[in-house]
Amino acid sequence: MGKTLFEKVWDAHTVRTLPNGQTQLFIGTHLIHEVTSPQAFGMLRDLGLKVAYPHRTFATVDHIVPTDQREEPFADALADAMIKELRRNCEEFGVTYFDLASGKQGIVHIVGPEQGITQPGTTIACGDSHTSTHGAFGAIAFGIGTSQVRDLLATQTMSLGKLKVRRINVRGQLPPGVYAKDVILHIIRTLGVNGGTGFAYEYGGDVFDRFSMEERMTVCNMSIEGGARAGYVNPDETTFEYLKGRPYCPTGAGWDKAVERWRGFASDPDAEYDDVVDIRAEDIPPTVTWGINPGQAISIEESVPSPEKVTGSERDSVEEALAYMKLTPDAPIKGTPVDVAFFGSCTNGRFSDFVEAARYLKGKRVAAGVKAIAVPGSQAVALICEQNGVADVFREAGFEWRGAGCSMCLAMNPDKLIGDQLCASSSNRNFKGRQGSPTGRTILMSPVMVAAAAVTGEISDAREVFGVRELAEV
Amino acid sequence: MALEPIKEVRGRGVHVPGDDIDTDRIIPARFMKCITFDGLGEFLFYDVRKNEDGSEKKHPLNDSRFAEATILLSGSNFGCGSSREHAPQAIYRAGFRGVIAENFAEIFFGNSTTLGMPCVSLKRADIREIAQAVEADPTLEIVIDVEKQVVRAGANEYPAELRPSARQALIEGRWDPIADLLEGRDEVAKVAERLAYV
Repeated sequence: MGKTLFEKVWDAHTVRTLPNGQTQLFIGTHLIHEVTSPQAFGMLRDLGLKVAYPHRTFATVDHIVPTDQREEPFADALADAMIKELRRNCEEFGVTYFDLASGKQGIVHIVGPEQGITQPGTTIACGDSHTSTHGAFGAIAFGIGTSQVRDLLATQTMSLGKLKVRRINVRGQLPPGVYAKDVILHIIRTLGVNGGTGFAYEYGGDVFDRFSMEERMTVCNMSIEGGARAGYVNPDETTFEYLKGRPYCPTGAGWDKAVERWRGFASDPDAEYDDVVDIRAEDIPPTVTWGINPGQAISIEESVPSPEKVTGSERDSVEEALAYMKLTPDAPIKGTPVDVAFFGSCTNGRFSDFVEAARYLKGKRVAAGVKAIAVPGSQAVALICEQNGVADVFREAGFEWRGAGCSMCLAMNPDKLIGDQLCASSSNRNFKGRQGSPTGRTILMSPVMVAAAAVTGEISDAREVFGVRELAEV
Repeated sequence: MALEPIKEVRGRGVHVPGDDIDTDRIIPARFMKCITFDGLGEFLFYDVRKNEDGSEKKHPLNDSRFAEATILLSGSNFGCGSSREHAPQAIYRAGFRGVIAENFAEIFFGNSTTLGMPCVSLKRADIREIAQAVEADPTLEIVIDVEKQVVRAGANEYPAELRPSARQALIEGRWDPIADLLEGRDEVAKVAERLAYV
């Protein structure tokens, strides 16, 4: 019987079975940021411990960092203190830190891959639930809490129970105007926001075979929104091609050896899965959320659900969501007025996201009254967007072009919704208050759909607005 | 580092109804601008408890009848979303010592266990029954029996589910794994050498 990638990576990184029955799992790469690490360093000091393997931890600032003001001290004294604390911790414990002056700063899940730190067959952990992003490379990557950040700093291991593996096949041809973001929103809508509890999701099928690394990252990123703690795609030529020449990747003979080893981690053809789900690519529409969790999603052509048509506990959820979103039951989602368009995040803040939207934004203008912000996921993404004229397309269309960070995805920096503003967002969560205002409203969608909403000032079908006819896949 | 075994949690309850209550709702992101977890308790469920002018909304946690509650009852998929440990820390620092829900998001469950705050799963109908009993008598004592995997409320007993590793860790006083992890130091070194991949 063959093994899945998950089992192979798990076995290779197992140190021993702990007295509580869980596995002491070695984590090859630990990523940290300014929000969930300071308490962990504090605990480490309290215990009188050092960082056990400092060269295996990498730090950057993303959650709190302002995207407009980039010089210290920052206007927000608390944010300033947290960023200084991270710098101090990295200096004291010998951890590599990609700070604002490095040209390598950005959202931790974008920086890891672009630096070549994220590699196949490895285990990765970070105090952020979207760590599953790194699974796109055939790594097993976990979002963790701060006590586990402490565990990793102190021992490079953590206590974890083995996950089951669900294979999700997406086969066929995605219709024009349907993107990786739609694929994952559709998967979450189909399997539910807690359908993945206890599972790692292995994504496969010919759609994933053809996907670029950036598209794979978008899907893996949102695994946690479906309840799955990890999500991954088996490494292949696309993976190796992306990694070749990246700063932290091996070179020369070391590269060939690494590729050979990485290839061996891919799931065997006769691997047995705990569950298999098949999805037809043709059934996936441009998808938008209407509610207050990412599973409350519909096609852009559908109407918002009506509580009358659902029963039991789901009815309460629908009523709560509609009341919060101030949407009319049974009304089309298309045409809902938009106040803000947010383009960015670890889900959709990579170069290809900006390039694809720029194709359609060229010569268009953001609608009057809409605040549109574009936030590149990293300084490297920002630079390449400048070099290719992509940033200018956004600026000329009326977007504010900002510095790299998490920004309005979770609104810990000054980028926030005001009052009950409605935001068309390329991010990953539409929870109540997520974008910084306790009554702010979020509708999740693909980046091109955000661009369409920005241009029309309402939730729109990008295929109509931009005349998207050709296939999204190339 | 011997920890206190947690075989049961005993106290009054409060029901915060709803499914898919996410960690952003439990502790809004703006309160995570801190370098210690101290003081997070007062911001627990802040945006659903307070109006923007700071006045109080109608919420079970603002109801003086439940002011002494130490056990939180809720719906399914409790603690979904962000991995922020700030969420269970806020619950713990607001005085809670156990959570009862239909089921839990995985990261939240692990973070809570590491704090020594048991999270047990009960059937939906059973949670509703306990919630009604608490509403009728806020002084009702609820017992989460971690060892026997039951919840008792007054004269009634309900089956409770808890992951075996979490149950064992709690009743043996190993809920914070740091000591056990440190003990494996030599074996970790061997694995680290074998996996010199970065």
